[in-house]
Amino acid sequence: MRILNPFIAVLALIAVGLVAAQVPGGQALMGIVLPYLAFALFLGGFAYRVMQWAKSPVPFRIPTTCGQANSLPWIKQNKIDCPSTKLGVIARMILEVFLFRSLFRNTKAEMHEGPKLVYGSSKFLWLFALLFHYCFLVIVLRHMRLFIDPVPGFVAALEFGDGFLQIGAPVFYQTDAIFLGAIAFLFLRRVMLSNIRYISLPADYFPLFLIFGIAVTGILMRYVFRADVVAIKQLTHGLTTFAPAIAAGQISPIFFIHVFLVCALLIYFPFSKLMHMAGVFMSPTRNMINNSRMVRHINPWNDPNIKPHSYAGYEDEFREFMKEGGIPVEKE
Amino acid sequence: MYGKGRIIPALILFLGLMTSPIWYKSGEASKMPKPEKPKDYTECVAPTQEMRTSHMVLLNQWRDDILREGGARTGKTPNGTEYVRSLQNGCMKCHSDKKKFCDACHNYTSVKPYCWDCHLQPKEAM
Repeated sequence: MRILNPFIAVLALIAVGLVAAQVPGGQALMGIVLPYLAFALFLGGFAYRVMQWAKSPVPFRIPTTCGQANSLPWIKQNKIDCPSTKLGVIARMILEVFLFRSLFRNTKAEMHEGPKLVYGSSKFLWLFALLFHYCFLVIVLRHMRLFIDPVPGFVAALEFGDGFLQIGAPVFYQTDAIFLGAIAFLFLRRVMLSNIRYISLPADYFPLFLIFGIAVTGILMRYVFRADVVAIKQLTHGLTTFAPAIAAGQISPIFFIHVFLVCALLIYFPFSKLMHMAGVFMSPTRNMINNSRMVRHINPWNDPNIKPHSYAGYEDEFREFMKEGGIPVEKE
Repeated sequence: MYGKGRIIPALILFLGLMTSPIWYKSGEASKMPKPEKPKDYTECVAPTQEMRTSHMVLLNQWRDDILREGGARTGKTPNGTEYVRSLQNGCMKCHSDKKKFCDACHNYTSVKPYCWDCHLQPKEAM
């Protein structure tokens, strides 16, 4: 059920998109009203979540220490995995954001005869996650040709590089295939590995199915069902210039299904685990300097009226009672 | 709020990037491409809407059919007009000006077909 329900939800979204594209007035709703609404909810929800996170105090140093901490001079520190300077944290964050370094440390646990528990390195999650995210980025940037009128050079360059193999017309994009393969891996990983399946929830499967649906409808629109790109750009470029217009009867329903799923993703984004997009920058376990042995960090909301109470002071206060109770004291 | 100095500028940067197609010096939405239609001919090899969406597929089909399957080099429109199934000798016969016809929409949607890597452009456009 944890897999089936999100799958049915995505199928239902596709059905809604398909029906709404045929209903009179539905195209304006799906092509103009909904994208604006979804984009506003995405930006607003995103900013709201970040502000909520920023309000949570992180008074103490809680970086995950993945290497030797700064210690005595003859002990070699791991400056990136246990940073004690700002520079080290910046290096750590750059590697985390661009290369997913923490996924590179992913391990697998296996039971062998004996019984013997064996841990091994498992780089596939890292590899496919990296492929997935970079393909997604390229695909989103490629779509900018539909939103900007004199199309910027870097978008054209990306398209050229992506269609480098020059297969077919319209030209085949490599990222489309790699993207689908990577999503399939991320899904199969959750289904095939019993321990991952055990901890997977509908909220893990739903975004996978939704993004898969977006990719498949996009690919179908480009290579199979065909779409009038000029009419589509008239609509999408109209959205960014606040003068949207739909050329009647020129845009096929598959486009509206695609847009509907994208809107669903945008709306779902701030409420879901997809917020790791902002979260990766705000993880205290990654972005804090491990310097608790060099700097004294004082809890900012400590009540200044409550003074520190040492053991010596405690004993001074309760010495008589302690003696009566037979508790040993340091000072007679 | 904690970490104001870093979080607020980063958030503003993110919102700016996300809405950049709106700020970017974008042309007028009404400035649609108007490919010049031939004056002497009124009918294409397929209905207009089909040509708008699938002309590149048709060109590929012609290539495969003629060069690989030994198919006919000419075809007939539904009205019986005979045409040559060829980019240079068929399409460009009526749509003779590449700049005014092909490029109008291709530039608008940033499509760079590799037809002209091999095929010669008609003289007018060179």
